[in-house]
Amino acid sequence: MLRNNRFVLTLALLIVLLPFVLPGSKNGSFTGADDQAGKIVARLQPGYHPWVTAFWTPPSNEIASLLFALQAALGSGLIGYYAGLRRGRRQAKESQTNQDHARS
Amino acid sequence: MHIMEGFLPPLHAAVWSAAALPFVIAGVRKAGRILREKPETRLLLGACGAFAFVLSALKLPSVTGSCSHPTGTGLGAVLFGPPIMTLIAAIVLLFQALLLAHGGLTTLGANLFAMGIIGPWVAWAAYRAGKAAGLSLPTTLFISATLGNLATYVTTALQLAIAFPDPVSGVTGSAGKFLAVFAVTQIPLAIVEGLLTVAVGNWLLRNSADELRQLANLRGHAGLENSCHVA
Repeated sequence: MLRNNRFVLTLALLIVLLPFVLPGSKNGSFTGADDQAGKIVARLQPGYHPWVTAFWTPPSNEIASLLFALQAALGSGLIGYYAGLRRGRRQAKESQTNQDHARS
Repeated sequence: MHIMEGFLPPLHAAVWSAAALPFVIAGVRKAGRILREKPETRLLLGACGAFAFVLSALKLPSVTGSCSHPTGTGLGAVLFGPPIMTLIAAIVLLFQALLLAHGGLTTLGANLFAMGIIGPWVAWAAYRAGKAAGLSLPTTLFISATLGNLATYVTTALQLAIAFPDPVSGVTGSAGKFLAVFAVTQIPLAIVEGLLTVAVGNWLLRNSADELRQLANLRGHAGLENSCHVA
């Protein structure tokens, strides 16, 4: 079952979509777990203040999502290049072998 | 799993950074060795890095009603060894700390310890154990990447728990609270990462068998390529 990529990827997609239909989690706020951890810190040690703050913060959520998208796009681009190159090489090799067979 | 900037007291930040440093140095050396001895695998190395780059940028919803992200470090840990993923995770975390205010420079050591050291080593150990137990390659990859991802988030929760013990129940009490946020949210996402890693592994066996073979020669032990004939 796990050798079938169509099955594997569909299953992954279903798990990602699950929270939107599950009654228990449908109404969640879907905020980041990192921020929630910050809130727990505030509750455990009310006097704690971060002793440094980030020296540059994206000016808005839009800019932040732009940078996140950029990160994903750069990675995807490289993966796509690698995947295409490999697939092309394998197919070239296969058609080469087929021709050799046909000749002999 | 990113502990935000300034959210670890100075002493903790310093200790985690010092603990992570030797692993980063080992990663740099290992990367140099791979590029020198097997330059043909550098594109696959880049692709593994890119996989971690993409996955750690995707914040996915979880059944707990909050969002978190996969790490993508299990794949490279299995293929190239954990030290390489320490280096790649360091690059990812630095990018996010500097440009996205996600994580931070003072917490870089602690975050790297979770995502770049514990996660990849757990994934690698699970992979070796699965192979030794005779499990099929996809199953082994699945367990390996899923556990590596979970281990990263458990580490983050424990790091925070040590820094902020509960006034009443101590470190154990606060560990429970942080684990509830990080580890529970992470379970479905860890499974998603496991599945994606399996998909990539299946694809590599079909299309990149020669590179996998070279990697195995380099590392001097049986790896993915032993299963090539199965695929």
